[in-house]
Amino acid sequence: MAKHGPQQVRKPLNPFKTLKRLLAFIKDWLFALIIVFVVIGISSLLSVYAAHLVNPLFESISQMLQDFDSAYKSFVKVLALLGVVYFLTALLQFVSDRIMTTIVNKTLNKIRNQMFSKMQRLPLSFFDSKTHGELMSYYTNDVGAIRDALGNSLVSLVSAFVTLIATFVMMLSISPLLTLVIVVLIIVMTFITKFIGSRSIRNYQGQQSTIAKLNGYMEEMMAGQKVVKVFNHQDAVKREFDQINQQARKNSTKANFYASVMGPISNNLSHINFACCSMFGAYLVIAGTITVADLIEFLQHTKNFANPLSRIMQQFNSITSAIAGAERIFSILDQPEETDEGNVTLVYATFDINNQLIESEERTGLWAWKVPNEDGSTRLVRLRGDVVFKDVDFSYDGKKQVLKDVSFYAKPGQKIAFVGATGAGKTTITNLLTRFYEINEGTILYDGINIKDIKKASLRQSLAMVLQDTHLFTGTVKDNVRYGKLDATDQEIVEACKLANADEFINRLPQGYDTVLKGDGSNLSQGQRQLLSIARAAIADAPVLILDEATSSIDTRTEKLIEEGMDNLMAGRTVFVIAHRLSTVRNSNAIMVLENGQIIERGDHDDLIEQKGKYYSLYTGQFELD
Amino acid sequence: MKKIIACTKKYLPFIILAPVALMIEVILEVNIPKVMADIIDIAIPSGSIDAVGQLGTKMIIMALCSLLAGIIGCFLSSTGAIGFGSELRKKVFNQIEDFSFENVDSFQQSSLLTRLTTDVDYIQQGLRMMTTMFIRAPFMMVAAAIVAYQINKDLFVVFIVAIPIILVSIVIFGKIGMPKFRYMLTKYDGLNDMAQEYLTNVRVVKSFVRQNYEEKKFSDVNHQLMTSSIDIEGLMCLLGPVMQLIIFGCVIAVYYLGGMDIVSGTMELGQLTAFISYISQILMGLLMMSMIFLNIIRLKGSVDRLKEVLNTESLIKDGPYKGSVEQGSVDFVNVSFRYRNASKDSLSNINLHVDAGQTIGVIGATGCGKTSLVNLIARLYDASTGVVKVSNRDVKEYNLKVLRDQVAMVLQQNVLFSGTIEENLRWGNENATMDEIKQACKAACADEFIESFPDGYKSDLGQGGVNVSGGQKQRLCIARALLKKPKIIILDDSTSAVDTHTDSVIRTALKENLKGTTTFIIAQRIASVMDADKVIVMDEGRVVDFDSPENLLKNNEIYRDIYQTQMKGVE
Repeated sequence: MAKHGPQQVRKPLNPFKTLKRLLAFIKDWLFALIIVFVVIGISSLLSVYAAHLVNPLFESISQMLQDFDSAYKSFVKVLALLGVVYFLTALLQFVSDRIMTTIVNKTLNKIRNQMFSKMQRLPLSFFDSKTHGELMSYYTNDVGAIRDALGNSLVSLVSAFVTLIATFVMMLSISPLLTLVIVVLIIVMTFITKFIGSRSIRNYQGQQSTIAKLNGYMEEMMAGQKVVKVFNHQDAVKREFDQINQQARKNSTKANFYASVMGPISNNLSHINFACCSMFGAYLVIAGTITVADLIEFLQHTKNFANPLSRIMQQFNSITSAIAGAERIFSILDQPEETDEGNVTLVYATFDINNQLIESEERTGLWAWKVPNEDGSTRLVRLRGDVVFKDVDFSYDGKKQVLKDVSFYAKPGQKIAFVGATGAGKTTITNLLTRFYEINEGTILYDGINIKDIKKASLRQSLAMVLQDTHLFTGTVKDNVRYGKLDATDQEIVEACKLANADEFINRLPQGYDTVLKGDGSNLSQGQRQLLSIARAAIADAPVLILDEATSSIDTRTEKLIEEGMDNLMAGRTVFVIAHRLSTVRNSNAIMVLENGQIIERGDHDDLIEQKGKYYSLYTGQFELD
Repeated sequence: MKKIIACTKKYLPFIILAPVALMIEVILEVNIPKVMADIIDIAIPSGSIDAVGQLGTKMIIMALCSLLAGIIGCFLSSTGAIGFGSELRKKVFNQIEDFSFENVDSFQQSSLLTRLTTDVDYIQQGLRMMTTMFIRAPFMMVAAAIVAYQINKDLFVVFIVAIPIILVSIVIFGKIGMPKFRYMLTKYDGLNDMAQEYLTNVRVVKSFVRQNYEEKKFSDVNHQLMTSSIDIEGLMCLLGPVMQLIIFGCVIAVYYLGGMDIVSGTMELGQLTAFISYISQILMGLLMMSMIFLNIIRLKGSVDRLKEVLNTESLIKDGPYKGSVEQGSVDFVNVSFRYRNASKDSLSNINLHVDAGQTIGVIGATGCGKTSLVNLIARLYDASTGVVKVSNRDVKEYNLKVLRDQVAMVLQQNVLFSGTIEENLRWGNENATMDEIKQACKAACADEFIESFPDGYKSDLGQGGVNVSGGQKQRLCIARALLKKPKIIILDDSTSAVDTHTDSVIRTALKENLKGTTTFIIAQRIASVMDADKVIVMDEGRVVDFDSPENLLKNNEIYRDIYQTQMKGVE
């Protein structure tokens, strides 16, 4: 579909620097790019030459009228030459387009890959601070802008420049006077084009803002349809919609008019141009300054001349927005990556005959931290799942304190539950243990090692997570479970699913373990998705488990399955659980009651009930915990 | 289709006149080279400066008129097409507003939104193209062909040879190109889906340390996208040059044949130049037409999707009774209910009587029909068999507005709208006084947090009420419903995000505020229904018991089960 309206022109902040960097991206294909430019240049010159050939052609036709035999030869010769020139133009155009296609697609491929790789290395805080739509627009809009500029504008620009200059020279050589007429007209045209162009952009922006408003309104009303009906608000909503819709119509009509009127204007201005040239040229022919063939050639050139000018102006807009897009992409590539100065790594371990812990090549079920000593040697510390938080302070934004002086410990195999109102800081604790975020004060020790010294990949490998919002990937059920352990055999997958109580429902799916799930797992129920995420964590078989129980209501049967699955998963592991189910909490070794970022009560279930404090009131509903 | 075309009514003059202006422009345009031919063939040989002046002026005037016609045409087609688009959007939107709940369920929200935005836009642009380019290209072709034919019949043979060649090559490109193009689009969508998926799953990726795996996955798809793009675009690189070659071939043939005609005296120099300029107009016209044709065909999907909405009639027909709902008693007589396309009943054979002013709890496992049951009271759906009565009158007899004004529902999936808190609350009652609003908020335990905001009741909620927490949102929704001062209020799991204590405060406040109002409370928490007058216990679409909480605890196994799992360890 044709593009409607000018692209919204975003001004780059530092165009030259960005351009240089963008060129560095294309560097690998610089040679090919130069070839493309040369080929385009030649093909543009050839097309100007083809216009020039009209002159000898008509000259020879005129001569044929006097002396057919001698002139016929040159007539055919000129025609043959024209044929060759035409053929070469077409061929060269194909060659340059074909090379350019490859360059553009390879460049885009490189940009996308770099961007995605970079996003793999950015800290979670980056993703939490941006909407998905915002981030997706880097892949769609910004890459798209670069594609347009590289694919079309660059080529157009070069060919337009060459054509313009060559045509100008040819015109001058025929008649400087007539050229002057053209130049004056072109200047007038340029002003008109510029005037309309600026109005067009302004109106386009006006249109975009009302359309955004309209879309926002529609989105909201679609989401709230049922509420609208329950409150009998249909008529009020229709009225309000009509108002916004009318406003959008007015602005769109204007924007659309300005965007499309460019076509007939530049088209007809070139007709006026053509008409003026015909007239003045005819005077010159009668005055004897130029021949008829000259005039015909000149008119050919006129057509070639008006066109590139407006093209150049259009291309500048597209190149500007490409540079702005590139600038945004580079700003992503320049984001500071997740820091990782840890040098303690996780290794498989086993005991040798002397009962000494040694590193093992294969998965043994036993893990150890490989800690480098100062003298360069390393020692192994067995991974047990002993976690200590010592006076931990944390704030997401540097202003609002989310955790204050939080201290607790979990002995290997213990189950620690966190309870408290929304916003009390439960999830934050898990964010810190996984080092999704870095603590401000205090220390977190893992088997006696400061987690800052542990390599992030190793740290996270030792922790399995089951999150509240279950996220699955597009792919089969099997693939999704295997995400927890990439080299898992099918047998292992089935075992993990059995452990998680997921096996039963998977077998009922049309293709069983090979059923393809949509990205958000929307063809599964919420409970089934949770079961899968438990299986995924189970197969990872990490010694420490972080569990964020889902609050959503699930039918009782599935709920029971989930509970059992979780229990199976928790057995023998150190578990941190953000608990919503009383049964989970009751079975915990220790319960931490969080309020406003502080642990206000701790103990096991019976202790806490006996204390008759906040924990007690939370579950009896007598006092407000909030 | 009729309904879509009907949307053109208001802007019909614009839509009809736009092509007329366009035709005038085209006729002038194709005649300009002809005048130029006259200058060369008649005025110049005669050496008459006056003749040149006359013809030149004629040409300039024609160009100016053509410019004017072009601008007017643009204005007309913009106004017409955009006007039509906005009428169409309005029609679709209004249709959706009149949907019943059942209709709403059958369309996904995102799909409705796409229809209102993208689909309407496509059709609007389609009309624009039809009133401009689609008319222009064939008309230009015909006009240019006529003029060319007038100039020289013999040379016209060239077109008769060229046109089939062009058509065949367009068809060949289409045949080879379309599958490649579609394949490339699926790769493109796949790439975007993957990036999007990463963004939603970033925590999972990071916690399983799967960055390298993700990168590999992405770069594979990215590579496929690249090769498929190069494949299709590489093919399309041929289209331009092939077209050029055909046109160039025609030009050379015309030059040769025309040159011969000039020698034989049947043609003039200027005519030949004019003829040449028609070649590309005629031949490129074909290419343009096929492109536009493709686009129009693509519109079919959009048209079908809109038709689907426009042909969906509301499944709930309004009743005639416009008097008020006198009191809040509710009866279910032999009621069964099944969702359209469902294979089994959601409610089967329900018989209940609820006195006005009672507080009724509804409890049972997820999916047992609690929501379906209460939805029938406000006639959000119609019972499949049996009768639901409010104030001893069949709900189908009531005017819907009357009924829903008196039966307030706080939906499970509730929404607030952008605007201030006050504006949102006024949905319940536009004319409520500030005191009434504050009172309703107090009853819903919302007053405290609202007043803690710097702007109080004037605080902006943001789109979808993003500026308040889940529990606060639920309380605002309750307050909004209370403002209706209804005879019956239904709270469908409306306090799930509120802590247990606040939940109980709300219930106490409601009891005081809603004296005489029948209250239905659907809840997961047993505590929420423990102080109701009576509790409906549901299981698999049936009412298994309907009694006071005390009796249920003694006699009903399901109730006792829920009670014990939730309350054990507390006592």
